[in-house]
Amino acid sequence: MFSTVRERVGEVLLPGDEFSFEAEEKISLTAPVKSEKVVCGPGLRRCGDRLVVFKSGVLRHKEPNVFWIDSQQRRYVPAKGESIIGIVTAKSGDVFKVDFGGSEQASLSYLTFEGATKRNRPNVQVGDLVFAQFLIANKDMEPELVCIDSSGRANGMGVFGAGGLLFRVSLGLVRRLLAPHSDIRSDLEQLFPCELVVGMNGRIWVKSATVQQTLIIANLLQSAETMTAQQRQQLFRKVQQGAF
Amino acid sequence: MTPSACDKSAFSTMEVCGSLTVSLREFGCEQSLLSRPDGSASFVQGDTSVMAGVYGPAEVKVSKEIYDRATLEVLVQPKVGLPSVRERSQEQCVRETCEASLLLTLHPRSSLTLILQVLHDDGSLLSCCLNAACMALMDAGLPMSCLFCGVTCAISTDGQIITDPTAAQEKESRALMTFAIDSAKHSVLMSSTKGSFSVHEVSGLMTGKKECAPFQTNKTVNAKPKRPDVTNRLH
Repeated sequence: MFSTVRERVGEVLLPGDEFSFEAEEKISLTAPVKSEKVVCGPGLRRCGDRLVVFKSGVLRHKEPNVFWIDSQQRRYVPAKGESIIGIVTAKSGDVFKVDFGGSEQASLSYLTFEGATKRNRPNVQVGDLVFAQFLIANKDMEPELVCIDSSGRANGMGVFGAGGLLFRVSLGLVRRLLAPHSDIRSDLEQLFPCELVVGMNGRIWVKSATVQQTLIIANLLQSAETMTAQQRQQLFRKVQQGAF
Repeated sequence: MTPSACDKSAFSTMEVCGSLTVSLREFGCEQSLLSRPDGSASFVQGDTSVMAGVYGPAEVKVSKEIYDRATLEVLVQPKVGLPSVRERSQEQCVRETCEASLLLTLHPRSSLTLILQVLHDDGSLLSCCLNAACMALMDAGLPMSCLFCGVTCAISTDGQIITDPTAAQEKESRALMTFAIDSAKHSVLMSSTKGSFSVHEVSGLMTGKKECAPFQTNKTVNAKPKRPDVTNRLH
């Protein structure tokens, strides 16, 4: 049924493009009946019996039935379960206000840190960086962050950021960095040992052995955005030769 | 302007129907050329050039907050001096068009700001603003139900229709009209007219416009995948 969508995977689609799902004309009596549902990811939405594209980008597909539009964006829109780097902007009573680069500030309760209790408050100051994930993120409600996973462990989240550098890149680059077997990440691994925190909101925090190396990595990542794999590897090699 | 984005058309003059010749000046576009805004584009039609920047969805002032959709603000900055009544009317035309094509309900209680800086005006300014706005909104990745384009045409004193007129042609014309047309159904989203004309002339123009629209939207659309950095980033 969704063969019309499948044959356009990898193509650039634009807002206003549509796919219509008409019932198949022939129904096989012997083959088992499969329920065919399409899961719409970002950039696609259902409109009656049609599938409408509302963002421009490349159509992607994941087996068995997930489709989405891979678009280039700079402004972050929160989504449930995504991990982000936020900046604590205010402390009010039992919640912190966290700026994550979206349209409003998210709230972060002091009880959602590992080992925090009513008596034992976490040490969070205004201006601190937190790595947290969204517990609530939808268009109608205030987004809510937590620094623990479902089993109550920190799992890498919490306050961080002494002596590193925070900078912004596009959301597309962040997704490429976080993808499994990311080629940019493997190129970077060969360069210097460094600590890298990547938030889905387009913020990256780097810390390396020296300030110089930290700055080099930050500049490399920012310029990697508009490079082909060859150009990038060439640049990384040049940097490596210059560094030693 | 990247040479690949500037589409030098081999068929810039196109015969539509017996009496009407649709010719557009050479046009080009460049996207994400500014680093600060969330989306930006510059659009050139002949010597007319407009730069657009989009910010949002961002935080909104309480006084401008709308509980079920995003607040869209359009600002037109003239080449010299301060914005006046003319710019206000252009702002309104562009805002109404953008509101019709954007899915504002997907970002309630947030603000979208679109800033259009006029770099040079050599006629068809409003249509150039519309085209730049569409390309910038597309670059910002905002949810849109369709794309749109703007077409300006002038009716000269001897009744001839000129599409995409220059400033000199505009000055000599009897009537001037700008239409915004959407990419999905090629229907008219906005129209702005000036001068005197008959009903018959408008209906004649409409058919010409509809022929013109797919031509222009396809061309703007074709300009996008040609940009090397965009295709690289997406793959």
